[in-house]
This record gives sequence, structure tokens and C-alpha cells, in this order.
Amino acid sequence: MIPELGHFSLILALVLALVQAIVPMVGANRNRIALMAVGRPAAQGQFLAIAFAFGCLTWAFLTSDFSLQLAAVNSHTDTPLIYKITGVWGNHEGSLLLWALSLSLWTVAVTVFSRNLPDAFMARVLGVLGWISAGFLSFTLITSNPFDRLLPAVAQGRDLNPLLQDAGMIIHPPLLYMGYVGFSVAFAFAIAALLSGRMDAAWARWSRPWTTVAWVFLTAGIAVGSGWAYYELGWGGWWFWDPVENASFMPWLLGTALIHSLAVTEKRGAFRSWTILLAISAFSLSLLGTFLVRSGVITSVHAFATDPRRGLFILALLVVVIGVSLTLFAWRAPKLSGGGSFGLVSRDATLLGNNVLLAVATGSVLLGTLYPLFLDALNLGKISVGPPYFEAVFVPLMTPVVVLMVLGPFVRWKGDGVGRVLRPLLPVMVASIAIGLGVAFAVGHVTVRTVLGLVLASWVLLGSARLLASRFAERRGASAAAVLRGIPAAWWGMWLAHVGIGIFIIGATMAGSLNERLDVKMQPGQTAQLAGYTFTFRGVADAPGPNYDAARATIDVTRSGIPVATLHPEKRFYVAQQMPMTEASIDIGPFRDVYVNLGDRLDDGSWVVGLFYKPFISWVWLGCLLMAVGGVFAASDRRYRRLAEREAPAGAARRTT
Amino acid sequence: MKPRSKRLLLVAGAVALLVGAVALVLNAFQQNLVFFHTPTEVAEGKAPVGRAFRIGGMVETGSIRRAADGVTVQFAITDTAKVIPVSYKGSLPDLFSEGKGAVVQGTLGPDGQFQASEVLAKHDENYMPPEAQHAVDQAKKAAQTVAQ
Repeated sequence: MIPELGHFSLILALVLALVQAIVPMVGANRNRIALMAVGRPAAQGQFLAIAFAFGCLTWAFLTSDFSLQLAAVNSHTDTPLIYKITGVWGNHEGSLLLWALSLSLWTVAVTVFSRNLPDAFMARVLGVLGWISAGFLSFTLITSNPFDRLLPAVAQGRDLNPLLQDAGMIIHPPLLYMGYVGFSVAFAFAIAALLSGRMDAAWARWSRPWTTVAWVFLTAGIAVGSGWAYYELGWGGWWFWDPVENASFMPWLLGTALIHSLAVTEKRGAFRSWTILLAISAFSLSLLGTFLVRSGVITSVHAFATDPRRGLFILALLVVVIGVSLTLFAWRAPKLSGGGSFGLVSRDATLLGNNVLLAVATGSVLLGTLYPLFLDALNLGKISVGPPYFEAVFVPLMTPVVVLMVLGPFVRWKGDGVGRVLRPLLPVMVASIAIGLGVAFAVGHVTVRTVLGLVLASWVLLGSARLLASRFAERRGASAAAVLRGIPAAWWGMWLAHVGIGIFIIGATMAGSLNERLDVKMQPGQTAQLAGYTFTFRGVADAPGPNYDAARATIDVTRSGIPVATLHPEKRFYVAQQMPMTEASIDIGPFRDVYVNLGDRLDDGSWVVGLFYKPFISWVWLGCLLMAVGGVFAASDRRYRRLAEREAPAGAARRTT
Repeated sequence: MKPRSKRLLLVAGAVALLVGAVALVLNAFQQNLVFFHTPTEVAEGKAPVGRAFRIGGMVETGSIRRAADGVTVQFAITDTAKVIPVSYKGSLPDLFSEGKGAVVQGTLGPDGQFQASEVLAKHDENYMPPEAQHAVDQAKKAAQTVAQ
């Protein structure tokens, strides 16, 4: 009964989505306030309907209702409670429902927080979001109904894939989806701007906080996913350039470009059509990413063949979104030309450079991700594009980005003198090169990659320190507290995010260059040495869990005789899925992780043990965290709220067709 | 400088940046493609020598042997028609086992032994790596053609 209620509620949500898609749009075209006003209640009602459907599905998982196909395949009575809940989105159908839920959450957020937008503009934004939602809900209902029954019901479910039975599963997909789907708001603002022909600085100011918040979610989602892969997959790596990872990284790169290009549009009125194009592309890549991951296209192109309707629907939806928005763009964008001109040495130019490079970087990831799929789909042979390609491309592309990133805030808008910009930065430049080379020599790893990474990281961190110092210099005489208080939140956001990049580069460089690894056969009592640490294998004991059996090893780690940690890696065997799993054990430290996993048991009673030393790896995630916190600061800047209020009456009076 | 020539310089700069970046990407792409070959193709000498490539197929039953160090593993990968011996040092994926599909990446030694740098099995028990499936399908197709 409850699944049927959920199904019905989902159909109701689709109807409301269509109402939201059509009525306010018509109202905006005919300038009818009453029709435009329908959008808001329709969006809010749609949210309630989807949330109710989601609740019904969760209920079926919680009560182990194995007459529901999805629960039977992805849950088990012995599954721990938390993984019964996360099992709701640990599958194709349920994750689509989560997608729809986060879209309606964003839509409701727009109706609440952007109340001061002009009516016609708001109506168009809601209309666009309604169309996206209608597309997704019909995709869910027609091809991937989560409420399909399994008759007769089975007595026991097949349990959730053990890889997904992890704390990462609780927050990673919701964060990532909030990020992916969040770009739909930026997209809707862009399409509404094209439709209304209104694309000025005020538009950019409305759009900026939404874009930034979506970017924050995406950053956090990717970081959590990477951390999850690090400890759960048991290989000690944190980024594999896997197509699934690339699918989330591409919208992030373009989203980063979009945030910066919106800044130019707001401050200078320039880059307008480029900003619109970025908003469209970022959302298109989010869609592509969702589908690549969720349709099974990536694990196998032939997943299209298992349910051809799904694949076709996916393609149709993508083609419609990209086709319609690009056509609209081609038709309306020429009207958007203009904006101020700027010189070679100007903040505008540094941001232009960064945008070009980020776009090329996105293109290179897209090429590496899609080319093998195309070849395979056309039966032209099978190839794979691995990490060496992405590394060969990314280091040279991102080096100028990082250099420009520090220069940008020192340069004035419109035009500036080379001398004025470089004067404060020359010492920073010299110091970064000296520090980079010095540290590389000190740690005894003088390669181009290490030196470059350390120089760039020093450049970012010292440059950021210098930037903060120049804020003080501008207000000589004011107290330190007064200066700090006087800095707007948006500036802190930029500063923190840039510092985050510096920290991230340190983590990626050091963990990449200085990591050590040893796979070794060990018997109880035996020791092994790695990077100055001594690992003593104490033996293996049985440690059964709720839905698995496990062999749990005890390994003592010491350094020059002083105990550091006792680690317990496990080899688990999940009963329902008949699947083995390696559970790594990590001693996390600020400057290094010591990571141990348990391999196979050999015939003579010894075990294969993997030992890893990972210097500075936590800095990778610390850097991402700082970027996300920076985004929160940037989005919370007071001027967005103030200006939204001031702008509103003027915008309403100027209502355009 | 006149505004127009300044603008021209800016556009030229952006275009140069773009062209350089694209050239870099395409060059790196060409150098780092990893091709896939079936065991039959490898046995026929169609695989490149000295360049990394991938082989997909089934891990032959009874072929897994561990060296005395416990970490070096020898096994054979087959598409049911031809068998290629593989040597690998390191931890194997959880779902790697005899009779199951696997994909290995590495280079072919002069002795016909494949030195794997990476062994991939799937994340899911029900799932056959598509490349392994492809190799077996190809071999079956070839066998049928011969039979006819």
C-alpha cells in the first residue's frame, strides 16, 4: 500500500512540475501576474509530493518490504539501519528520486530566498526548473520506477553492495547531487535571462550566490567521494581519473570558471554571452555526469542494450536540454554584446586567461572520458585513457591558472601598470622559487613535478599572505581588528578558497612524490620496515559483523621504538552478496598517514599485507574544505541581500517581456 | 597603443593560449592511449611490443601460483581459445579469482610473458568486465566461423 502511495505521489509531482513548467512561462509572456504567481505554490507542492514519495521508499527499506523490487535487490533484514536508509539511493532508481528531490529542494529555496526577483523573471526561472523536473520525473516514472513490485515477494533481500556500506555513502551522494543539481539554478537564471533579454550586472548579482552554493556542494561532494575511495577501495590512492570521477570533475571545472566569469559580468558588465554559455555548459555536463554514472554507460556501453528505453530517454533528454538552450543562445546572445573594454594588464584579462584554460581543461577531461565510449559504441575497437594522459595534460594547463590566480587580485579592473602589479609580487616570486627548490632538496626528491608543485604552492600561500598585508597597508593607522572587520565576506571567500588551492597542491605534490608502499608476506610476530616505521604483525582473529564475517589483523606500528598506533585492517566476507571486501586501517596524522590493508591468506598461514606511507595526504582534503568554506563566505556576502532588496522595486517596475 | 590594436593583441593572445593548450592536450592524448587486445590477438602477435596495453578474459582455473615472497603472482588469462601467462607483483583486487573475468594492463615481455602493472576486477559480483566479456565473445565467434 505505502509504495503505491509513493508512486501516486510521484505522479502528482510530475503533474505539478508540468504546471510549474507551463503556466508561469505563459504568464511571463502575456504579462499576467496571476499566472506567474502559480509557479511558487506549484514548486512548493511538488517538493512536498516528491519528499513524500521519497519517504515512502525509505519506509519500504526500513521495514524490509521485499515485495518491493528495489528493496529486495538492495537491502536485507540484517543490513544495519543506517545502510537500509542509504540503500534507498545506492541504486539507479532511488538515486534518480534523490536527484528529483534535490532539484525540488533547490527550486523551493529559490522561491524562498529570491523572493525579491521581478515577477516575470522569477516566473521564467521557475518555468525552466519545472521543465527540468518534468523531464526527470517522467524519466523516473517511465523507465526507472522505484516503486515496482516484486510478486511474489521474496523472503530475504540481496543486501546492499558491500562497497556502499560505508559512512561515505551517507553524505557523498546527497552532497554531490546537491552540487550537480544546484547548477540547474544557474542554468535557469541563464535561460530566463535569454528569454527576457535582461542580462545586466543585477542579473549576475542574483545568480552569483546560487552558483557559488552549488559549487560548494559539488566541491564537498567530490572531496568526500575522494576520501571514501582513499580508505574504502584499499589502494591508498585518492584520485584515479576514473570516468565516474571525471563526470563530477567536469562540472566542477566549468563551475569554477563560471563563478569567476560571473564576477566580471557583475563588476564590469563584460563576458556576458560567455557567462551564459558557461552556465548552460556546466549544467549540461552535470546532466551528462549523472547519466554517465547512473545509466551504466561507463561500466559498459552495452548497458544501453539491457534496457534500451533508458538509454534512449537519456540521450533524448540531453539532446533536448543542450539543443534548446544552445538554439536560444544563438538566437538571443548577439543582443548581449557589449561590456567595457579592458587592457592587456587588467583583472579582466587575468580572469579571461583563467576561463580559457579551465574550459580547455574541461574539454581535455571530456575527450579522455568520452572518446573510449564513442569508439566502443561504434565498434571501432576498445581503448582506455588512463591517469598518465590526465596528468600529462593537467599539470601544464593548471600551472598558468595557479600563476594567474595569485596575480588577479593584485591587478585593477580595466587596466593597470605592469610595474605597479609586480612590485609587491617580485619578492613573493623569488621566495617561492627558493622555498620550492629548498624543500625539494631537503626531502631529497628533486624532480620537475615536485619542484613545480612546491613552487606553485608557496606562490599561492605567500601571495595570499601578501594580499592580506596589502589590505592593512591601504588603511594605515586603522587597528588590525578594524581592518579585518572592514573586509567584505566575499573577499574572505576568495582568499580562503585560493589558500585552499595552495594547501591542496602541497598535499597532492607531497603525497604523489614521497609516498612509499610495500606489499609483504607476514607471519604472526614478523616485522617489516617502511619509511622509518616498524610494523609488527600480531596475528589475525575472527571478528564477525552484523551482515559479514571478518578476519581482523592486529598490527603494531612503532617509530624508533616508540609506539605510534595499533592498526586493525580487516578482510570481510559479506554473506548475502557472497562478496569479499578489504577494509583498510589508517593512522591519520597532520603530516602523514600510515595506511595498512590486509590481502590474501596464504597456504602456510601467513598473510599478504599492504603497507603505505602517505605524507601530507590529509592536506588534499583540508584544501578542499577551505575551498568549500571560502564558497560559503563568498555566498554569504551582505551585499547580495542588500542589493536584492534595493534592486527589487526597480526591477519590478522595469518588467520586460 | 590604440584601443583597437590593444584589443587585437588581447584576442591574439587568447587564441594563442587556446591553440597551445589544445595542441598539448591532443599530443598527450595520442601518446597515452592504451589499446585493448584479446588473448587471441596477443598470441597472433598483433599486440604492440614495448608499449602498455590491456588484455581481458577469464582467469584460467588452476593457473594462480604465488612465488615464495607471497606477493608475486603468476596466472593465465584466456578467452577460451588462447592462453596468455601473466606475472604481477602486488595486492590483487578483492573479486579476483579463478574462473572469473579480469582485465590486466602492462607490457608483453620478449618471453611471451605479460608483465602486469595493474589488475582490474569488477566492483560487483554479478558483473563481468566488458572487456573480458568481449574477448570471450570474439573467441567464440571465431570458433564458430571455423566450425562452419
